[in-house]
Amino acid sequence: MIIRIRKNSDIPSSEITPESAYIDRRKFLGASAGIGAAAFLGVGSPDMGPFHAASPIPGSGRPRGPQDLEPNTWEEITSYNNFYEFGTGKEDPSKQAHALVTKPWTIRVDGLCNNPGDYALEDFITPSTIEDRVYRFRCVEAWSMVIPWRGFPLADVINRAEPNTSARYVAFETLWDPEQMPERLWRPRIGWPYREGLRLDEALHPLTLMVNGLYGKELPNQNGAPLRLIVPWKYGFKSIKSIVRMTFTEDEPPTTWATQTPGEYGFYSNVNPDVRHPRWSQSREKLIDSSKLFGYRWQETQFLNGYADEVAHLYEGMDLKEFF
Amino acid sequence: MKPDPDVPGARPRRAANPRRQILLLKTAIWAIGLAPILWLAVNFFQRNLGINPVEKIIHIQGRWTLVFLLAAMAVTPIRRLTGWNRIIQVRRLIGLFAFAYACIHFLAYAGMDQLFALSYILEDVRDRRYITAGFAGLVLMIPLAVTSTRGWIRRLGKRWQRLHRLAYVAAGLGVLHYFWKVKGDTFWPLVAALTLAGLFAVRVAYRKKRPPRKK
Ligand code: HEM
Repeated sequence: MIIRIRKNSDIPSSEITPESAYIDRRKFLGASAGIGAAAFLGVGSPDMGPFHAASPIPGSGRPRGPQDLEPNTWEEITSYNNFYEFGTGKEDPSKQAHALVTKPWTIRVDGLCNNPGDYALEDFITPSTIEDRVYRFRCVEAWSMVIPWRGFPLADVINRAEPNTSARYVAFETLWDPEQMPERLWRPRIGWPYREGLRLDEALHPLTLMVNGLYGKELPNQNGAPLRLIVPWKYGFKSIKSIVRMTFTEDEPPTTWATQTPGEYGFYSNVNPDVRHPRWSQSREKLIDSSKLFGYRWQETQFLNGYADEVAHLYEGMDLKEFF
Repeated sequence: MKPDPDVPGARPRRAANPRRQILLLKTAIWAIGLAPILWLAVNFFQRNLGINPVEKIIHIQGRWTLVFLLAAMAVTPIRRLTGWNRIIQVRRLIGLFAFAYACIHFLAYAGMDQLFALSYILEDVRDRRYITAGFAGLVLMIPLAVTSTRGWIRRLGKRWQRLHRLAYVAAGLGVLHYFWKVKGDTFWPLVAALTLAGLFAVRVAYRKKRPPRKK
């Protein structure tokens, strides 16, 4: 099922991969030449999804999406990550996250809802229809990428959990297991587990995704396997990785960075070029692009990361400089 | 009495030794100083620096700036603790490498990262406190580099010593810059801060031991 965005917008609705393109590409892949080539190149599996049809070798090129947004390469997306449980260097997660065991995986749903419980990952995902969506991704550190995620609306999960009428927020937690995560305990300052949260209307918005795949393939560990959140109009750190818990609350839940450095990060953390940050200018961003000599090109940052037409109404009447 | 090794005509083998030690040390410093930048250059052109090569270049240059700065400031404490007076001869070289790394660190930021967009650079220097601190550190290093020559040492006399205490301020700003730059993991900035504090402590301890020269 494809969610149609009703509002007219500067983001083409085609930014969400239409199912037809998906199916066509599948057919293409299904052709013997496609399979042969894919197998030869060592990446083949007929259910790889649409993007490998355009780019048979992950990381070898930039497949054109069905729209003007050109996804970053597999290599770029999977070897430049922030996942501090696996080290604070950008390359640490891709080197260390293989230690993460994602099968089996259980997600606890609790708090103010009718269907709390511990759910196996499969039970969490299976009832939903998986879609591919190409989204802009904007890190608070002023770099950005364009990423072809695979997942399903968070709203699916929330509706199944049936939050009570008193529930106004949903909080998430990342796995914290020092056995699998080498980030040393004695190193200062970050209190694990990593926590994030959304207001319920943000969480229910059709752009908000639970993601379990990338480029039509299984989500790599460094990108937050087996299941992560993607909220494309917020800074990347809101899109919590490797989720083990989801809690419905009445009050705004504490979130890791906003607790750590309240002057720099707020609960909302919407992409906003007009809200200054003491470390990075948020008015523009480096779009990662390895084909450039310096590895990126500068571009203007858009209000709500370009998704204003879809989501600005969520913040009507709010001073976004105060609720940053 | 031992012959003074510096006096010509003293026994050649022994005479050569201390000088050769300094020469060796200087060669080693040149090698250590040039290696990172050569490594970065080669790997940059081989596209071997990862997804964000400019970030990596800036990080590595920043770290080496701090290493050379702290190393230059460690010379006097080492001299005091070991009694090896000649080591003072390598201090200028180490200090100049610190300055050189600070300059290319700044140039990598201004040129490669910001593409010399002056308005953005000025905004960063003004608004981002970690860049304000780094920039102040770099500016303070300029008079130190300029007055590092023999001529300036002679000309400034006692004032030279006082002027070069600015190295502590510059290093302090460098450490602060590092603290403010990292997000969360303050381990290495802490190591740098403790090193700086240790060097300062040695200096203070020796100053207390020395009888005051003037009333
Ligand atoms: C005393 C002078 C300076 C010292 C000792 C110094 C040292 C450092 C160190 C240690 C780092 C962190 C490297 C890491 O993360 O491992 C760093 C990062 C950085 N420095 Fe400096 N720095 C100095 C001056 C400057 C100046 C003048 C500028 C620019 C105006 C500057 C801009 C930066 C930037 C932009 C970064 C971070 C790059 C990034 O995270 O992407 N620094 N510096």
